Amino acid sequence: MSGRVLVGVKRVIDYAVKIRVKPDHTGVVTDGVKHSMNPFCEIAVEEAVKLKEKKLIKEVVAVSCGPQQSQETIRTALAMGADRGIHVEVSGKDYESLGPLQVSKILAALAKSEEAQLVILGKQAIDDDCNQTGQMTAALLDWPQGTFASEVSLEEGKVKVVREIDGGLETIRINTPAVLTADLRLNTPRYATLPNIMKAKKKKITNVKPADLGVDLTSRLEVLSVDEPPQRQAGIKVETVEDLVSKLKEVGKV
Amino acid sequence: MLRVFQRTSRLSRAPRHPCIQSAASPTAQFLPVDLQSPLPVWGSAQFKVFCQNLHKETDGHRPSPAAAPERRPFSRLSGEDLDYFRTILPGRTITDPDLVESSNVDWLKSVRGSSEVVLRPQTTEEVSQILRYCNKGNLAVNPQGGNTGLVGGSVPVYDEIILSTSLMNNILSFDNISGVLTCQAGCVLENLSQFLEEQDHIMPLDLGAKGSCQIGGNVATNAGGLRLLRYGSLHGTVLGLEVVLAGGQVLDCLATLRKDNTGYDLKQLFIGSEGTLGVITAVSILCPRKPKSVNVVFLGCETFEQLLRAFQLCRGMLGEILSAFEFLDSECMRLLKTHLKLTNPISDCPFYILIETSGSDPSHDEQKLHNFLEEAMTSLLVSDGTVATEESKIKALWSMRERVTEALTHDGFNYKYDISLPVEQIYHLVTDMRQHLGNRAKSVVGYGHVGDGNIHLNVTSAARDPALLAAIEPFVYEWTARHHGSISAEHGLGLKKRNYIHYSKSSQAVALMGHIKTMLDPKGILNPYKTLPDHLR
Repeated sequence: MSGRVLVGVKRVIDYAVKIRVKPDHTGVVTDGVKHSMNPFCEIAVEEAVKLKEKKLIKEVVAVSCGPQQSQETIRTALAMGADRGIHVEVSGKDYESLGPLQVSKILAALAKSEEAQLVILGKQAIDDDCNQTGQMTAALLDWPQGTFASEVSLEEGKVKVVREIDGGLETIRINTPAVLTADLRLNTPRYATLPNIMKAKKKKITNVKPADLGVDLTSRLEVLSVDEPPQRQAGIKVETVEDLVSKLKEVGKV
Repeated sequence: MLRVFQRTSRLSRAPRHPCIQSAASPTAQFLPVDLQSPLPVWGSAQFKVFCQNLHKETDGHRPSPAAAPERRPFSRLSGEDLDYFRTILPGRTITDPDLVESSNVDWLKSVRGSSEVVLRPQTTEEVSQILRYCNKGNLAVNPQGGNTGLVGGSVPVYDEIILSTSLMNNILSFDNISGVLTCQAGCVLENLSQFLEEQDHIMPLDLGAKGSCQIGGNVATNAGGLRLLRYGSLHGTVLGLEVVLAGGQVLDCLATLRKDNTGYDLKQLFIGSEGTLGVITAVSILCPRKPKSVNVVFLGCETFEQLLRAFQLCRGMLGEILSAFEFLDSECMRLLKTHLKLTNPISDCPFYILIETSGSDPSHDEQKLHNFLEEAMTSLLVSDGTVATEESKIKALWSMRERVTEALTHDGFNYKYDISLPVEQIYHLVTDMRQHLGNRAKSVVGYGHVGDGNIHLNVTSAARDPALLAAIEPFVYEWTARHHGSISAEHGLGLKKRNYIHYSKSSQAVALMGHIKTMLDPKGILNPYKTLPDHLR
């Protein structure tokens, strides 16, 4: 067992930013907009670093797929405690059409080449809300998966995962190597402290191309259009019950 | 020489003023303010007597200087008055007790008035009509914006009519080239910020109360806030005002010019006048461009001396991109954790600094910030810290500073002091106060705009405690006066601090203020019992 954990981190538009749709409706405006690490990916990094601090695993490797700026996201993971990073370079048209299927192929290839014991991802990204990458990666690797994890404990050759599901909580025990996806209540990510930010500058980030991993980036999806949700209409106040009834009749609800 | 004696003897025969209920010596009395008479001037002996008498027996036997004076002989609200208001403000003359109640109590829930009506004008003309009517009928008026003031200045003391600017919330114009925003006084600060963001600008001021405070109130109190270090005070950023005077006259000084040296700059009188000289109805303000790159750093220091040296380093290395330098002490952090369940972003330290940089070039700013942080860490000025460049994290770090006031309200009854001091002295006030109070107080904390030399000293107790108050005051004011500080750096005087003005302003200055007040508001109907000391009336 290598004791190595692979953590996927995605660079997304910061959740506090107001999103604007591009005038040509092909997507959202990303130029000059503040980006940051996907909040669920932060939780995934925090969990991996916690496992290392408990000495249950030996090394945390942060991976991100994207253009040059994705390196900042990897640096943040390094500042939180990851040991080294892998930047899979994807840019231009390939980056625009990059989706869960391609990313999971990349992660699966890396998990094999790095001999990872665990792959921990965020349960979904806040830009596309797909919630697919973790599950697809596990399927491609034919590994067990513990998704929507709100509690993770490592045992000898196994992982116990408490999952958040519709009815409440489900506890499962799966064999390692496995893929886990982090849900909101798994932990509270730490702030990257200055000494660690300084140390992170010296940690290594290797560059890799998808072709080197034998991954085909062609997308099977075509985005037809992107639109804003319809504007919320203001409510109307009425003075009396009679007014209310007549208004309801007007609108055809009564 | 003879003339001075003549003046003094005239003063000693003057009727004793009802508001100073102390056994003052004959020299500490005043004529009712008369523009013809020479300015009454106090000697230092008289000032000392005044201060002693001010604080004599503040244990409940005699009312504290902060307590309200007796009700002045204004008219009482009549049915006729309400009918008039209802004609000019249909549907906006609020008499429902539940609705009026919230406007009668301040944000700290420390003072409560007994007004019976809240008026909600929408236009300057309506404000003018209201004031003309009230002035004629000798009805007192309490102008009210967001009601977020901390010195009891925004709510009535007795039954003053509440004049709310809440419905005067229109933005009148914005010039994208010069950055001048013109709007009505009731616009909420946060709404203005959001509007400006779309236009790539920001408001020159920002404070924790932004979600509720209104720009008219900000101007009336000369609010300082978190960005003063970078953009200066409202005295510099406000370009024009429209004010309705006590008699209903509309004073239009709503210029949008950056430079205009034609006669006396009247708007400066109203900025910081706390609603006692006129009701501000519109503001034109100069807004800076939205910075392209904002970074926030949260640092921990072992001693206050290190904090001050970090400040010097900051000013040197960050220079023109520095936009805020705030601090809080470990007690504040404890309250944030206990009452608001916030987590400390870094390890526990005696002092925390929050530094914000704003600039037009992200890579330039990050480089400067990086250099500063490396220097601060290697020279051991700072023992721990974290950096935020993303908006969500920036908001989270700012809330550590902005929510201290909130956390304090959960700790018990708050005694709040907003003091300006020479920067090196700032924290000595807190340590001296802690020593002085011993375990009579629950918590004694200090935080604030250390970059501006302004500290918010707060003392909490389980419940209202007159003995504790007697221990705090006049100790805190005397301490401040001894170090040549201001007893109210940005909160203003309002009701609570009106009688302490002499700790920071000379008697000549205060007397002149009294003359100006009488000239602009002869009947004294605008926000009575506030800002100026009782002895002036």
